[in-house]
Amino acid sequence: MRRTTKGLVPLAAVAMLSLLGAVSPAAAQKSTADGIAEYREMLQDGNPAELFEMKGEALWKQKRGPRNASMERCDLGKGPGVVKGAFVELPRYFADTGKVQDLESRLLTCMETLQGLDAKQIAATPFGKDEQKNMEGLVAWISAESKGMKFNLPQNHAQEKQMYEVGKRMFYLRGGPHDFACATCHGADDKRIRLQDLPNLTKNPGAAAGFGAWPAYRVSSGELWSMQRRLNDCFRQQRFPYPGYASDATIALGVYMGVNGKGGEATAPAIKR
Amino acid sequence: MTQRNHWLPVLGVASSLIVLGCASVDSAADVDKLTQQIVTASFRDQGIAKVDRLKQDETNAACSAADAAGKPIDAKLGAKLEADNLKSVQWPTAGKFLGDWKEGEKLAQNGRGMTWTDKPGDANGGNCYNCHQISKQEISFGTLGPSLYNYGKIRGIVDPNSPEAKAIVEYTWGKIWNAKAYNACSGMPRFGHEKILTERQVQDLVALLVDPNSPVNK
Repeated sequence: MRRTTKGLVPLAAVAMLSLLGAVSPAAAQKSTADGIAEYREMLQDGNPAELFEMKGEALWKQKRGPRNASMERCDLGKGPGVVKGAFVELPRYFADTGKVQDLESRLLTCMETLQGLDAKQIAATPFGKDEQKNMEGLVAWISAESKGMKFNLPQNHAQEKQMYEVGKRMFYLRGGPHDFACATCHGADDKRIRLQDLPNLTKNPGAAAGFGAWPAYRVSSGELWSMQRRLNDCFRQQRFPYPGYASDATIALGVYMGVNGKGGEATAPAIKR
Repeated sequence: MTQRNHWLPVLGVASSLIVLGCASVDSAADVDKLTQQIVTASFRDQGIAKVDRLKQDETNAACSAADAAGKPIDAKLGAKLEADNLKSVQWPTAGKFLGDWKEGEKLAQNGRGMTWTDKPGDANGGNCYNCHQISKQEISFGTLGPSLYNYGKIRGIVDPNSPEAKAIVEYTWGKIWNAKAYNACSGMPRFGHEKILTERQVQDLVALLVDPNSPVNK
């Protein structure tokens, strides 16, 4: 929270650019986007996600649940307790569950097996409530521990390859009353919805920039959104029915985006408007 | 929702699949089956957004498959789907294509409706500015679709009620009612066909696009 007042300067810049837009819309559109990018960059300096990271680190070490255990022996894919670098290799296959899991579904597994918490109940809890608030802290800290590292999702196990292929089909699945697929908005370069730039999630740099920024702090809602929550709201806007928290459809999409983003840099937890 | 009875063939297959863990390479058909199982298991009803929204009609199933394969849809199949979609276009009662462009502009600005946080009976918007440039005044527009600024002017419409304008006015109606009638895998929603917008609302949007007095053609 060090330099929050700095945000005022770029905001003014954005307003100026918007005025220019009245003169020459096409030229100013890109400049406005640049202005917003600059605004984000400056906000990054005091990203409130840091507060969630601190909470998450404490939660990881805290003895909780019916078994009064910490998460410190949780295996996120790089061995029990290894957090650094885990985020850029998720989702991946886990032999103990026999499933491909993303960060959040894996945390559910650890909360259940180590701490004795009820994973089903946590998955059914609305975003931003009760144990889901703890999840915000955990994903913020775990992702931050891999900040600046390159995405390198494993694709060696048959199920990992299978989930990539499923994710690709999910990405192109047209449905709902509007016939929208993920690809409708995120399947091509240099597209915008209203003034918002849309990353092309089928390849880099879009896949790494889009996938690699979540979890992120949402300025508009003052909350930390996990990848699961980001996907949930995408599906809402797609006019799809409700995706289950940590469901295989969401995990498959994570594999698809993450593998497409291979080599790109993790910036999570980022800051979003 | 008239065409929603064309299920993907794989949907009927029993849930015996899950070949998970096998070392063998899956066929595309295996992955299609697994995808359908995962879709079925992953989504639930919420508010007005029910899981039946994921049952694909023939058009969506064919276009999704082509997209995932990274290939354009087979030309013959595309032409058939376009013809089917065109047949289903409901033309305006009493031949009234044109409504009030001012109402059309409000609809174009309104991106609401049909999500699980919308209530049954809430009025839907047209979402137009999300993807299209439309009037010059509104600079917050998307680029997922082509610019529609000067849509009627570029097409030489002087009087939208004249016989000369008839073909374009009809096409405009058809495109908004069912965009897949002219491009099988268009990314544009089928506003009339899917009952997103009413006949009256489509009239207002046609007016917005073709009326020489609307900001679109200024």
